[in-house]
Amino acid sequence: MTIALETRGLHKSFGGLRVTRDLSLKVMQGARHALIGPNGAGKTTVINQLTGVLTPNSGQILLEGSDITGLSVHKRVLRGLSRTFQINQLYPDLTPLETIGLAVSERMGRGGDWWRRMGTRDDVNTEIAEILSRFHLLDVMTELTSTLPYGKQRLLEIAVAIAAKPRVLLLDEPAAGVPESERHDILAAVAALPRDVTVLLIEHDMDLVFSFADRISVLVNGGLLTEGAPDEVARDPQVRSVYLGEAADV
Amino acid sequence: MTALSDVSTHAMASARWRISEVAFWVLALACAFLFPSRYLIMTDIVRLGLFALSLDLILGYAGIVSLGHAAFFGVGAYSAGLLALHGIINEPVIALVAAGLVAAVLGFLTSFLVIRGVDLTRLMVTLGIALLLEALAERFSDITGGTDGLQGIEMQPILGLFAFDMFGKTGLFYSLIVLFILFLFARRVVHSPFGLSLRAIRNNPLRAAAIGIPVNRRLIAVYTLAAFYAGIAGALFTQTTALASLDVFSFERSADLMLVLVIGGTGYLYGGLIGAVVFKMLQELFQSITPQYWLFWIGLVLVVIVMVGRARIHRWALFVPNLIIRQFAGRNAAAVPEGDAS
Repeated sequence: MTIALETRGLHKSFGGLRVTRDLSLKVMQGARHALIGPNGAGKTTVINQLTGVLTPNSGQILLEGSDITGLSVHKRVLRGLSRTFQINQLYPDLTPLETIGLAVSERMGRGGDWWRRMGTRDDVNTEIAEILSRFHLLDVMTELTSTLPYGKQRLLEIAVAIAAKPRVLLLDEPAAGVPESERHDILAAVAALPRDVTVLLIEHDMDLVFSFADRISVLVNGGLLTEGAPDEVARDPQVRSVYLGEAADV
Repeated sequence: MTALSDVSTHAMASARWRISEVAFWVLALACAFLFPSRYLIMTDIVRLGLFALSLDLILGYAGIVSLGHAAFFGVGAYSAGLLALHGIINEPVIALVAAGLVAAVLGFLTSFLVIRGVDLTRLMVTLGIALLLEALAERFSDITGGTDGLQGIEMQPILGLFAFDMFGKTGLFYSLIVLFILFLFARRVVHSPFGLSLRAIRNNPLRAAAIGIPVNRRLIAVYTLAAFYAGIAGALFTQTTALASLDVFSFERSADLMLVLVIGGTGYLYGGLIGAVVFKMLQELFQSITPQYWLFWIGLVLVVIVMVGRARIHRWALFVPNLIIRQFAGRNAAAVPEGDAS
């Protein structure tokens, strides 16, 4: 199996605070890999380095074997690495149709077209229709994103990331804040992601992690505590004490 | 597949011409014929409208605030003036484009300073650039004519056919045609994927980058385009008045432009045009009532607009027309509020 996403000796500190310590992580092609850890373990910092929002102090990030450590955010996306955000990052004044349309246009390298009206390319439209219907957004496609119910916005958040046709997808707590009634749609959308897309899931919700992931890495204090198949991790006494134990106390 | 046809219909819907838009341009043209004694003020409005359109491209679409947009207006104005004065390019239309290009080059160069930073930084940087240019124009008075401005500009006929007349008729129609062409171009741009990506950047730069939009490159492009538009507006000013003096760079010019957009609304192309009409009419009205204190009333109007909210004013203004329309066309018919006719 080939490695889709890899970090080598990643270090990041903010002032004197070391948030990522010597993190070496391998995510295999097609994996459903979860990155878990207690609050403050540095999960979001890792994501921000993987996507290029933050630059690591040292270490390397490799996407399908090539070094992307120095690439800007948008170039990583075009290389096939996209993400969802823990807190929705959408365009309040745009419709789902425009949101997805733009993402598809950009991926096809047509986002800079200034002479062509939106909606005039059939290849773009076909893909928009396909994504909107897959994420049950067709009926609300012309409504402003800011007026959509939270669950729909959450679906749109995942749909935008998918519209970039990633080979590696980073899901940052996809079910965060979604009410119980709408949760099923989100979980179904996550479960239905194409198998050839490698997924790195950052999640608090242990039910979701253990039902979804085939491999789990545990992050504590910015460093890797342990890694393994879900049942191994669940049995690991260290993990139980620092993480699951903590959760069980709540 | 019905979903596909739905998608393409809706995707293209926003770019479709509305009746209200056609009416707007017919009305503009009609005014040019109906009020032959008002050519100069109408030319003033057209020019201000074009200038406001330029600011709206960066402010309303891309979210770049500027308090120094007069920098590009001034550069365009002086370029057109110098080209005509020294007989470098005598034909006004070519000179107009050349002046716009000079402003665009300046826009491109300064865009690198403007795109970094937040709103406050941008306000200060743009303001600084305009002040800098004004001071430079004063310093190099042997070229710019200093406080006296460029003297003795003589405009040649447009395309060698239409001479500028003293009543400003040629000037008005010339300005109106330039505005319309540039408006059509801007309309195409804002309804393109490029234009949509600008709105995405204004809405959420983080997400914009996360779907692969090269944020900085897009902002540089639109800033350069806006500078071109502002330069054309400035060049029109020089060409239709045969004047170019230091006040083309003035802070008041940039600030007034903000007022125009506040009045007309940002983020739709007609905002700047409607704002220009209303602003100039208010200015005329207040100046005729109280020549000394007209700024007081402009200030008051501004405060009211901001406090009451533009959407509500539009609703009030359209209340009576909508009542009449409903009499004829049933309950659900309504005139389109200006804000929707983008």
